[in-house]
Amino acid sequence: MATLEAEALRKSFGGIEAVRGVSFAVQPGEMLALIGPNGAGKSTCFNMLNGQLRPDAGRVRLAGRDITGLAPRQVWRLGVGRTFQVTATFGSMTVLENVQMALLSHHRRLGGLWTPVRRMDRAPAEALLARLGMAEQAGRPCGILAYGDLKRVELAVALANDPRLLLMDEPTAGMAPPERAALMALTASLARERNIAVLFTEHDMDVVFSHASRVLVLDRGTLIAEGAPAEVRANPRVRQVYLGSGAMQGGY
Amino acid sequence: METLVLQALSGLASASSLFLVASGLTVIFGVSRIVNFAHGSFYMLGAYLAWTLVTSLPRGHLGFWGGVIGAALGVGLVGLVVEVLLLRRIYRAPELFQLLATFGVVLIVQDLALLAWGAQDLLGPRAPGLRGSTGILGMRFPDYELFLIVVGPVVLGLLLLLFHRTRWGTLVRAATADREMAAALGVNQRLLFTSVFVLGSLLAGLGGALQVPRESVNLHMDLSIIVQAFVVVVVGGLGSLTGAALAALLIGELHAFGILVLPKITLVLVFLVMAVVLVLRPHGLLGRPQDRAQPATGGAEPVIGPAPRPLLRLGAAALLAAVVLPPFAGDYALSVLTEIAILILFAASLHLIMGPGGMASFGHAAYFGMGAYGAALAAKWLAAPMELGLAVAPLAAGLFGLVFGWFCVRLSGVYSAMLTLAFAQITWSVAFQWVELTGGDNGILGVWPAAWATPKLVYYYLTLTLCIGATLLLRRVIHAPFGYALRAQRDSALRAEAIGIDAFRTRWLAFALAAVMAGLAGGLFAYAKGSVFPTFLDIPRSVDALLMVLLGGVQTLSGPIIGAIAYTGLQEQLVRLTDLWRLLLGGVIVALVLFFPQGLAGAARARWETRHGDA
Amino acid sequence: MTGWVIGRRQVLAGAGLALAAPTIGRAQPDLIRIGEINSYTAQPAFLQPYRHGWTLALEQVNAAGGIDGRKLETLHRDDAGKPEDAVRLAGELVNAEKVALLAGGYLSNVGLAISDYANQNRMLYVASEPLTDALVWSRGNRYTYRLRASTYMQSAMLVKEAAKLPARRWATVAPNYEYGQSAVRWFKELLTRARPDVSFVAEQFPALGRIDAGATVQALAAANPEAIFNVTFAADLTNFVRQGATRGLFERRRVVSLLTGEPEYLEPLQDEAPEDWIVTGYPWDQVNTPDHAAFREAYRRRWNDHPRLGSVVGYDTVMAIAAMLRKTSAVESEAMVDAMSGLRFGSVFGPVEFRAIDHQSTMGAFVGRTVLRNGRGTMADWHYADGKDYLPPDEVVRTLRPQS
Repeated sequence: MATLEAEALRKSFGGIEAVRGVSFAVQPGEMLALIGPNGAGKSTCFNMLNGQLRPDAGRVRLAGRDITGLAPRQVWRLGVGRTFQVTATFGSMTVLENVQMALLSHHRRLGGLWTPVRRMDRAPAEALLARLGMAEQAGRPCGILAYGDLKRVELAVALANDPRLLLMDEPTAGMAPPERAALMALTASLARERNIAVLFTEHDMDVVFSHASRVLVLDRGTLIAEGAPAEVRANPRVRQVYLGSGAMQGGY
Repeated sequence: METLVLQALSGLASASSLFLVASGLTVIFGVSRIVNFAHGSFYMLGAYLAWTLVTSLPRGHLGFWGGVIGAALGVGLVGLVVEVLLLRRIYRAPELFQLLATFGVVLIVQDLALLAWGAQDLLGPRAPGLRGSTGILGMRFPDYELFLIVVGPVVLGLLLLLFHRTRWGTLVRAATADREMAAALGVNQRLLFTSVFVLGSLLAGLGGALQVPRESVNLHMDLSIIVQAFVVVVVGGLGSLTGAALAALLIGELHAFGILVLPKITLVLVFLVMAVVLVLRPHGLLGRPQDRAQPATGGAEPVIGPAPRPLLRLGAAALLAAVVLPPFAGDYALSVLTEIAILILFAASLHLIMGPGGMASFGHAAYFGMGAYGAALAAKWLAAPMELGLAVAPLAAGLFGLVFGWFCVRLSGVYSAMLTLAFAQITWSVAFQWVELTGGDNGILGVWPAAWATPKLVYYYLTLTLCIGATLLLRRVIHAPFGYALRAQRDSALRAEAIGIDAFRTRWLAFALAAVMAGLAGGLFAYAKGSVFPTFLDIPRSVDALLMVLLGGVQTLSGPIIGAIAYTGLQEQLVRLTDLWRLLLGGVIVALVLFFPQGLAGAARARWETRHGDA
Repeated sequence: MTGWVIGRRQVLAGAGLALAAPTIGRAQPDLIRIGEINSYTAQPAFLQPYRHGWTLALEQVNAAGGIDGRKLETLHRDDAGKPEDAVRLAGELVNAEKVALLAGGYLSNVGLAISDYANQNRMLYVASEPLTDALVWSRGNRYTYRLRASTYMQSAMLVKEAAKLPARRWATVAPNYEYGQSAVRWFKELLTRARPDVSFVAEQFPALGRIDAGATVQALAAANPEAIFNVTFAADLTNFVRQGATRGLFERRRVVSLLTGEPEYLEPLQDEAPEDWIVTGYPWDQVNTPDHAAFREAYRRRWNDHPRLGSVVGYDTVMAIAAMLRKTSAVESEAMVDAMSGLRFGSVFGPVEFRAIDHQSTMGAFVGRTVLRNGRGTMADWHYADGKDYLPPDEVVRTLRPQS
C-alpha cells in the first residue's frame, strides 16, 4: 500500500488557483521529488499534505487513512515528519534539546511539570544526532547555528517520531554543493534502512536527478510529468517549462 | 428625538477629542512598535503649556490659537528630546522594554508638572468666538463642541493626505506594514522613527491643548487619558488611523447613549467594548495581523540552562539570609520582607507567561486581586479560617485564569495584552461596584491571619515558605517538558505544531498556572495587609508587575526575582526619603533602562558570559 | 566575582541598613511623634494646603512649649492613593519609627485601611479627612476617631435647605464610587423623609476624574428635573459646570451641591463659578470670628497665602491631638483613646466635641449660596451648620455602629 496518496487536491487563494487537481502517491522507501518553477504550487501542495493548509477539494490519505483536514500536530502523531523551506527550530534551545522535544512529544511526555528535560530522552536524541553527524553540535543553541546545520537539525527532529513519511521542503537550500549531496545521500540511506517514504521539493536539479527515485513536475498548479528522473529530464514539456529558468542545468 | 440627536452630537465631540490623542499613539506604535505609556503625559503637558501660553499671550484669536499651536509644537519638541536621548538607544531591547522607559518618563513628568504648575486645577479661558452655544432642535449646544466635532475629521483627513501624498508618508506606511522590508529598502530608519515620534507627540500635545477651553487642566489628565487612548488604538487596530477614528466614534457614541440606560456603566464601558471587539476581531476593527514580534536583538532568546554554580551559591546565600536574619529584624522590616516575598512570586508568575510563554499581560493584577478577594470573601461570608482562605485564593484565581485565558491566549502581542487588561478592568469594576458583596471601594476589612500566624515573624516564614516554594516550583516547571513546550511555541509556532505541540493548549494552561500562582500571592497579601481593596486588581498593580519583570530582565529566570526586590526596595526607600519620590524613581528607571537594556539580571548574565566565554 | 553580584549585595545591604536603622532607639523622651499618612502625590490640590495647616499648628503648639514641655514631631508619609501602601506605612511608623499615634487620611478606603490596622494593633488613629460614614459607623472601632463632618452630615445639611425649595422633580449627579453613591443615597432618603412629594427622575454616575461632561449634562437635561443634587468635585465639577452653563442646564433650575463652596473647588472655576447654587463649603474671607481671624492671619503670615478648607482640617487635626495629649494621663494608646472620647477643643470653626457614642467630631460646615464677586466665586448668605445638629439620634447611631 502506498504510504501517502494525494487525490485531486485543489486550493485557491483569493480566486487564483494555486493547485488544480493534483494526484500522486509515495511508496515506502521511495525518494519522490516534487519539482517545478517558482509559483508552480509546490509549497501549497506540501502544506496541504501535513494539514497546514486545508484543501478546497480532494483527499489526502496516509497508509489508507483519510487525514484531510487534520491539524499538523495530529498528522505528525500519525507518523509524518516535516522540514521547512525556511528552517523552523527552537532558537532558545540547544540542538540536543530540539531533538529531545520531538522525542518527548512523540512519547507524550510534554505535560511533565517536574523532571527536568535534561534528564529525559537524552540518549536517543544523542544517537539520532550522531547518525546525522551532528554529535559535536549537540550542545550549541540553535539560535547561533549555521544554516546548513539547522537543516540537519530539522531532519533529526523530523525523524524523531519514527516517521513513515518525511516531507522535506527544499532540504538543501542554502547549503554548499558537497553538503547537499551528503545530506541527500544520508536521507536516502535512512529512507531505505527504515522504509520511510520521502517526498521532497528541490530547486537544485543535480540533487533531484542524482537522489530521487521518481520525479513529479508541477506547473501552474497542474502535474505535467511524472516518472523516473531520466524520463522526466527528457520530457519536452518539462524542458519547455524550465527553458527560461535554465534550472535544468543544475544550480540556480 | 431631540434628546437623542444632541446626545449623538455630544458623543461625536468626545469621539473627536479621543481620536486626537489616539491618532498620535497609533502612528507611533505602527512604526516603532513602542507601547508609549508617556503619551498621556504629553497630552497633559500640551494642556499645561497651552494654559501658560494662552493666559500670558494677549487675549484674542491670535493669542489663543497661537497658544494652542505653540503648545503642540512645544510638546513635539519634548517628544524629540525623549526620542533622541532615551528611546533611540533602546529600540533593539526585548519587546515591551521601551514601555519601562516611557513609564519612567510618566513619573518624571508628574512631579515636574506639579513643581511647575502647582497642585491646584487650572482653568483656561474659553476659545474666542466659540464661547457661546448654537440652537439645535430647540436645545443649546456649545459652539466649541461643534468645533471639536469638525477638528477630528479634519486632522484625520490631513494625516491621511500626509501619509498617502508624500514620500515621507509612504515610508511611514511601508514601515507600519513591514519593518524589515522598509529597512531593506534603505529607509533611514533613525530619521523616520524620530520624525514619527515627534509627530505623534505633537498630536498628543494638540489634543491636550484643545481640551483647555473644555476642561480644567490638572495633574490627573495623563493617567485618565492614556488607558482610554490605548483602548481606542487597539479597538481600531494597531497602526490604523481610520480604525482609531472608527473606534473613537464607537466608544464616544456608546458612552453617550450608554449612560442614558445604565448610568453606572461609565467605569467599565470602554473595557467591555474592547473585550467584545477583540474576542470577535482579534486584530481590532481595521488592524492587520502583526508580524510576529521577534526580539529585535538580532538573535533568538537565550538558552535556559541549569543555573551556574556562583548563581546557585548566591541564591542559596540569599535564601539562607532570608531565613536566618529576620528574627533579628524589627516588625516593620518583617512586613517589608513579607511583601517582597509576595511580590517575587507575583512577578515570577507573570514572568512565566511573558518570558517562556512569549505573551504580554497588562492585566495580571486580576489574578493577584482575585486571590486576595477569594480569601477575603471566604473569610467574610463563610468565616473561613486563614488556612482555607489561602487554599481558596489560588483556586479562585486559577479558575478565572482558565476562563479569561481561553480568550486571551488566542490573540497575539499587544492585542492579547490589552484583552488581559480588559478582563482585569471588568473584574475590577465588579469588585468596585458590587458593594453588597465586596464592599465596593471601601474594601473588605478584618482579613487577619489565624492566631498562630499573627506574629509578624511567623507570618513572614509562612509567606517565605509558600512564595519561595512556589517560585522554585515555577522554575522547575520552566526546566521541565511543559516549560520547554511553552518556549517551543514561542520560538516557532510552526515547528511546535509540526512536532505535535498544541500551542493554544500549552499557552492556555501556562496562563492558568500563572494565575494560580498570582492568586496565591494575592491571598498571602490579603492576610498580610488585613484588608482587601479594588486597588489590588487595578491597573497600577498590573503595571508594577510588568515593571518588575522588565526591570529584572524578561529573558532570565532570576529576572523577576531581582526585579521585584529592586523595584519594591527602591520605591520603599524613596517614598520615605522624599516627597519627590516619583521624580527620583522615574529618573532611576530611565537610567537603568539606558544602562541595562536587557534588564538587571540580563545585564549580569551578559557580563558573566563575556568573562567566562559563551557556552 | 561578576559585577552584578556586587550590585545585588549592595541592594540587599542598602535595604537591610535602611530597614534596620530607624529601629535603633530614636524615640526620645522629650518628643511625641505623630505618624501622618496621606495621599500627597495622588491628591495634591487638597493636601498641600492641608500640610501647610498641619505644619502651622505644629509650630504653634511647639512654640507655646509643646505638651508639658514635650515637643510634637510629625513623620509624614505618602500612600500614593493605595490603601495597601497605607497599611505598610502605618506599620513602618508604628514599628520602626515608634510613633505614639496615627493620623491623616484623605481617601475613604485609605482611612478605613488605617483604621482597621489601628484596631488590630491597638493604636490611636485620628482620621482627619476621609468622609465615609463607615469609618465611624458600620466599621467603627475603639481606636478610630474622625474630625471632619461626614458624608451623612454634609448631605443632611443640604437636605435641610433642599427641603425648603419648591422643586419636586430631582436629578442627581455623583462620581461613581462610595462617596458619591452614599451621598446620593442619604440625600434621597433624607429628602424623601422631609418631603414625601419629591421624586427622583434621573441619576448620573460619571467615573471619578473622567466625566464625559457633555453627555452627562445632556442626559440630565433630557429628564427635565426642577432641581439637581451635585456631588462631583474637582476637575469633574469644572467640566460639568462648563458644559452645563453653555448648554443651559442650570437655567431655571436650582442646584444643591456638596463641597462646592470649598475654596479648593470653587476657586479654580474663577469667573465661571456657578451662581446661586446651595452648597456646603468654607467662605474663608468672610468668617470673622476671633478664632478664625487669628488663624487666617497666622496662616497668611506663615505661607503668604489664604487658607483652604484643607488648611483648616490639617490645622485642627493637630489641635485636636494636642488637646487630647493635654488631657491624657499617659502617652499610651489606651489612655489616649480614652482621652479622645468626649474630647472638647476649640476648633477654628468653634467648639467641637469628639462624640463618645460614635467617635465622630461635631465639626460642622458652612452652608450658603454661591455668588460671583469681583470675578470669582464665593459664598453668600451662609451660616455655620454645627455638626452636632446633623447627626442621627443616639438610638439610631447605636444601630448603625457595632456595639461591643
